[in-house]
Amino acid sequence: MEHEVVTLGAQPTRRSMAPGGDAARRRMVESLTEHVLEWVIRLCGISAILFVFGIFFFVLREGVGLLFGDFSLWKFLSSTEWYPTSRSNVRYGVLSLIVGTLSVTTTAMLIAVPFGLGAAIFVSEFCDKRAKEGLKIVIELLAAIPSVVWGFIGISVMNPLIQTVFHVPVGLNVLNGALLLALMSVPIMVSIGEDALKAVPDSFREAAVALGATRWQVIYRVLVPAAKNGLLAAVLLGVGRAVGETMAVLMATGHAVNIPHSVFDPVRTLTATIAAELGEASVGSPHYQVLFLIGILLFSITFAVNLTADLIVKGVRRK
Amino acid sequence: MFTETPLVRRKARAELVAKCVFGAMALCMVTPLLLIITHLVWEAAPLLSFEFLTTNPTGGMREGGIWSALLGTIYLVTVSLLIAAPVGVLAAVYLNEYARESWFTRVINLAVVNLAGVPSIVHALFGLGAFVLFAGIGRSILAASLTLAVMTLPVIIASTKESLGAVPLAFREACWNVGATRWQTIRRIVLPNSITGILTGVILQVSRTAGETAPIMFTGAVFFKKVPEGDIFAYSIWDQCMALSMHLFTITTQVTDAPKALPYATAVVLLGAVLSVNLTAIVVRSYLRSRKKW
Repeated sequence: MEHEVVTLGAQPTRRSMAPGGDAARRRMVESLTEHVLEWVIRLCGISAILFVFGIFFFVLREGVGLLFGDFSLWKFLSSTEWYPTSRSNVRYGVLSLIVGTLSVTTTAMLIAVPFGLGAAIFVSEFCDKRAKEGLKIVIELLAAIPSVVWGFIGISVMNPLIQTVFHVPVGLNVLNGALLLALMSVPIMVSIGEDALKAVPDSFREAAVALGATRWQVIYRVLVPAAKNGLLAAVLLGVGRAVGETMAVLMATGHAVNIPHSVFDPVRTLTATIAAELGEASVGSPHYQVLFLIGILLFSITFAVNLTADLIVKGVRRK
Repeated sequence: MFTETPLVRRKARAELVAKCVFGAMALCMVTPLLLIITHLVWEAAPLLSFEFLTTNPTGGMREGGIWSALLGTIYLVTVSLLIAAPVGVLAAVYLNEYARESWFTRVINLAVVNLAGVPSIVHALFGLGAFVLFAGIGRSILAASLTLAVMTLPVIIASTKESLGAVPLAFREACWNVGATRWQTIRRIVLPNSITGILTGVILQVSRTAGETAPIMFTGAVFFKKVPEGDIFAYSIWDQCMALSMHLFTITTQVTDAPKALPYATAVVLLGAVLSVNLTAIVVRSYLRSRKKW
């Protein structure tokens, strides 16, 4: 090897000047380290798979004990009665928690989807380069605000604001949580949505403009249909983020296990229940196990949502 | 040039309306950020001082500063960075430099995407089940940092992959042609040419771990702990610690009669730290992009 390097006219390296036996040994050590390193790199490469399975395994491991006892999965999912610490009759029904998560997420999406996609269209189609850079930085910063700070904003800013604007006694409710979640999930929608719009070839726009279409017509007749899968993926990722969000909804939704009848009712979500009750449940108790089952439920929901979003995005790319 | 027919005028008007509507939607995202930051800083102003950072919370967390929480957050971020950065970077090296396009790499990429989507509270359950209980580490900075590391891993992988992908293939080919092995190429050519991008990405993502609350709640963060003021080695990684994010949660929801400015000041410190690190990374990144040689 070294021999070749020298004859090729390269600068003789220090290694090639070393005496034969020493160089051979060094080369062996080097190839050995390289082998070891390659294995380490491979191991790190599959770490993501290991962790996904690890999460599923360890969360299930803590919670699975409950499934073998006197426990009905149907009742778990369909009952609205969540009395995990009742002395006389313990009941673990998570339906109202599921409904809580759904109501907050749906309301959040009703707010976030139009604004998120609208902003994505603005950033991608209407901005000059400098405004685009500026907006993208703001979006990135918006995405960086910690969820506990959002929760704090929910309590200290949104709560009195909702009380005065809507004349309701308590401002910690579905609307409050939904507003926070909307603000939290808009950045991800904008960045993915903008990518999707950017992927639409310019020739599509040019063709439409040449036919005399206005910007509106270009957007809703050409761009949105062409980018619809990407936009759908953007919405789904926003949904995934909203379903999994913990601290903000824990602090801002009022913390009452309850099927909401309007956006001004307080609710409790799946995530908030785990965060609020895990500290009190003793390790290995049924209450503790049921919280891990809720974790598995959440994991499955977000897994399904993200998988769908990913498949949609991949489908777009293949086209 | 053109004669202005009603049609042209109508189109121009439609154009303007479209721009205004979508612009307003974009503005609806920008304004909250500014309003929130101004409001928080305004309310926190009376308490913000250097002393606030360097004194322990006292009087049942109603008085004093945030020293032990600030230090705890620094510990958590540093330790999780030390764990997640090498693994994440090497994983990205594998995906970008070693693995061929196959069903297997597709599964890995899918796992990365899904890992990024796992709710933070599920990470907390995982951390509790795997690190605290199964591995027997117990509630400690180490267990909490491991949990945070798993959480940031996918984002580090994604940003590193992007940086590695930006190094032109011709660089690698030139290196292989003079007889370098894959690893030599990576170490001498690919990594040096992408290291600043990688570091920016890593720092950017890890700054976000500073704000995470749910994953550390049950794996190592405590409500209250006093540590010697001014001693930056006050915690060991086997200790439990306070954290800024957890502290903000506690004084907002559990300590009801805390002075009003106290949670605001804590929020401003946390937000300020996260946003300034982010902003620095963004500036560095745009500088790097403008300076790119190839």
